[in-house]
Amino acid sequence: MELLMAIVIGILFMCATYLMLSKSILRIIIGTGLLSHGAHLLILTMGGLKGDSVPLLSDEAASYADPLPQALILTAIVISFGVTSFLLVLAYRTYQELGTDDMEEMRGTETNE
Amino acid sequence: MSLLHWAVLSPFLLAIIVPILYKLFRQIHTGWFVLILPILLFTYFSRFISLTKQGDSVMESATWIPSLGIDVDFYVDGLGLLFALLITGIGSLVVLYSIFYLSKEKEKLNQFYVFLLLFMGAMLGVVLSDNLIVLYSFWEFTSLSSFLLIGYWNERERSRYGAQKSLLITVLGGLSMLGGIILLSIMGNTFSIRELIAQSGELMDHSLFVPALLLVLLGAFTKSAQFPFHIWLPDAMEAPTPVSAYLHSATMVKAGIYLVARLSPVFAESGLWFWLVSIAGLITLFWGSIFAIKQTDLKGILAFSTISQLGLIMSLLGLGAAALHYETLGENIYLAATVAAVFHLINHATFKGSLFMVAGIIDHETGTRDIRKLGGLMQLMPITFTVAVIGAFSMAGLPPFNGFLSKEMFLASMVNVLKLNIFNMETWGVLFPVVAWVASVFTFIYSMIVVLKPFTGKLQLQLLEKKPHEAPIGMLISPIILASLVIVFGIFPNLLSSSIIKPAVAGIQPSLVGPDFQVHIEFWHGFKPEVWMTIGIIAFGILLYKTLPKWQKVTQWIPERISLNALYDDGVRGLERSASFVMKVLMTGSIRTYLLSIFLFFILSLGFTLYSKDAFKLDTGNFAPIGIYELVLAGIIVIGSIAILFARSRLTSIIILGAIGYTISLFFVLLRAPDLALTQLVIETISVSLFLLCFFHLPLMASRKEERMTFKLNNAMISIGVGVIVTLIALSAHSNKLFDSISSYYLENAYKEAGGKNVVNVILVDFRGLDTMFEICVLSIAALGIFAMIKLRLTGGKDKS
Repeated sequence: MELLMAIVIGILFMCATYLMLSKSILRIIIGTGLLSHGAHLLILTMGGLKGDSVPLLSDEAASYADPLPQALILTAIVISFGVTSFLLVLAYRTYQELGTDDMEEMRGTETNE
Repeated sequence: MSLLHWAVLSPFLLAIIVPILYKLFRQIHTGWFVLILPILLFTYFSRFISLTKQGDSVMESATWIPSLGIDVDFYVDGLGLLFALLITGIGSLVVLYSIFYLSKEKEKLNQFYVFLLLFMGAMLGVVLSDNLIVLYSFWEFTSLSSFLLIGYWNERERSRYGAQKSLLITVLGGLSMLGGIILLSIMGNTFSIRELIAQSGELMDHSLFVPALLLVLLGAFTKSAQFPFHIWLPDAMEAPTPVSAYLHSATMVKAGIYLVARLSPVFAESGLWFWLVSIAGLITLFWGSIFAIKQTDLKGILAFSTISQLGLIMSLLGLGAAALHYETLGENIYLAATVAAVFHLINHATFKGSLFMVAGIIDHETGTRDIRKLGGLMQLMPITFTVAVIGAFSMAGLPPFNGFLSKEMFLASMVNVLKLNIFNMETWGVLFPVVAWVASVFTFIYSMIVVLKPFTGKLQLQLLEKKPHEAPIGMLISPIILASLVIVFGIFPNLLSSSIIKPAVAGIQPSLVGPDFQVHIEFWHGFKPEVWMTIGIIAFGILLYKTLPKWQKVTQWIPERISLNALYDDGVRGLERSASFVMKVLMTGSIRTYLLSIFLFFILSLGFTLYSKDAFKLDTGNFAPIGIYELVLAGIIVIGSIAILFARSRLTSIIILGAIGYTISLFFVLLRAPDLALTQLVIETISVSLFLLCFFHLPLMASRKEERMTFKLNNAMISIGVGVIVTLIALSAHSNKLFDSISSYYLENAYKEAGGKNVVNVILVDFRGLDTMFEICVLSIAALGIFAMIKLRLTGGKDKS
């Protein structure tokens, strides 16, 4: 199971990297989305995938899934959501102001030197 | 703080007051206020002569940074006193001269005297410090104040160039000297020069001895304009003439000489020291004397002659080191080289100072320093001419002036080299007197150029900016005093020998100079080889000077070919160019390049660590079993994320991203994380709507032609590398678990301590509540940021859409 997860995470990271290296802002933001998915799954996998029951205390459960990585991921999801939405609006405003979504065209003005 | 401390610091204190005096008393030339101080200091330091004459010394300490062993220790012995007297004595004369040279209406006198006083204080600090760190601090202060003085007329481009050049070169040397000082302190465990000298025998065998020697010498050579670091000195001639006379002939350029002399007792036993110092000195002597002939600017000639004379002193200091190897010799002839060095140091300060002042007077009264325009000033400026004759003849080494005596002693030392039998001197030693003799011939020629070109020949009034006439008497006082010293020291050389020279030599070679050592400078000592050499110099010199127009073209041609200035300029320009080239290659402004290098570094560093530490390990023992659902979900994620890469339209890729997010929340369901699944579901929904909002509802966006991502091989390779590395690290991290999780504590105590059954929520709000608080902050900041970004329009509403 962990082997499968590691490979899936690797592919997520690979695709995220490839998207982040592209020119379009949208693809870069999609890349960061994939990257955070990969990171969340990685945290979960590293905590171990054993355990029979959800971490809700009850009498009949023999063992529980590790609650700590879950708490960490919950925090990470919310934070990455905040950052992603900010990035999206930033990209939206950039497009409005500059009229392009091509990162190669957004190089800053050389005349400012 | 003793009186000695106040004496060294007084120029700095006066420098604070000078601008106030300048503002308050505009009708009085500020120089008059300044003049008092160096005269006072000179008389103060003269009182030490009786003390050092008996071989005594004075040491005054004040604490500065005791924990690092850095204290402001001032130490007056013969060597330090000689320099202190030069600095204050010539300093007084230069200040007097500058009062008449600089106009109080046109010049910014407050700045000039502040810089000059800073320099004077710094120089006194250099020569009197016993602590090497303190010496270094004052050393850099001299570089800095010299930089300010050279660039005094900062509206001129040449001044700025010269100032920058001198700063770059002397600071290069200063920093390497600091390195040498630190090495010395590591070896000897002290910063005190006297304590280092006391243990010089042990230092010789230390492995850091040679690096320390080289670094210290680099500092001394750059400061004293030795070959090939002499190039800053001619460009420093853009400074006002009093500055050239003071800094660049009498004091600052001798700081390197001082350093070599001061540290001789530490280093001079080494053969490397002997070779480096004497060879560098001889090359500088030779090179400077040839280049002086090529110059057409009076100050240019004097600059190269200073370089040449500094080389002469340096080579004598180097040869003096040979004396250490002949302690048993009854009559130690090599010690005479050190005596000659000290004597020539004094003589050079006197005649070169007066010559610079003469050049300044000519410049001041005619408006030019170009020897091609000058001529026939003898009748118009008789006093200046007399001073120039005395100075130039002394420089050429003619009797009865003091330069004659030191030149004789120099030649005698060079001849004595032939008797040396250490360091393979018997084979190469013969070059020493030959080079010295040839350089002396050239010295004779340029000395004649200095005195004869401007003052004899035809007066060309139409070429001059002003009608020349004799300088005001105030301007003439200082050069007259210096010129009379040239004659006095020339006729009565033994005035100085026991009071000044002997204590100074004792400072350079303390192990050899005992109480019974006597310095006696003879005016006439029979028909020895050096007399014949001097006669030869004069004869050849006159011959070559007479035929100067015929062969001067040769000197014009040679130096162009081997110009060190071109090397320096190209070097500086090359550094700038290569730096901007590197910046252009690395800093392209494209985010993709930066990301590429970040990812590349990520792959290489982690991959190398994995490989070199042999860290990869795959332990399938504690893996959980794979179920069919997980396999299906994993397949969806893999297919989905690869499909995004090939999606043509933005809408498709956004939808696929949403699909992946939902699949992940299903994963959370399978992996027993209900809270995660809920959150992921909600957040993925909002994200996808946001994505759509931003990119689908943009009118221009829809009309723009959408294309598939172009395939780039290096992007693909980097991404595959990142994926593989992450997988490998995840697997080996999982297989290398060292400790059990601490989660059992949470599971046991969630209900007992916190009263909640949902352990994840208890962790979020109870055990680790701080994380949650700041996560709330992050969300609020994001919300505020988005609001501000949409609402704020500071460009004045010039929307392009």
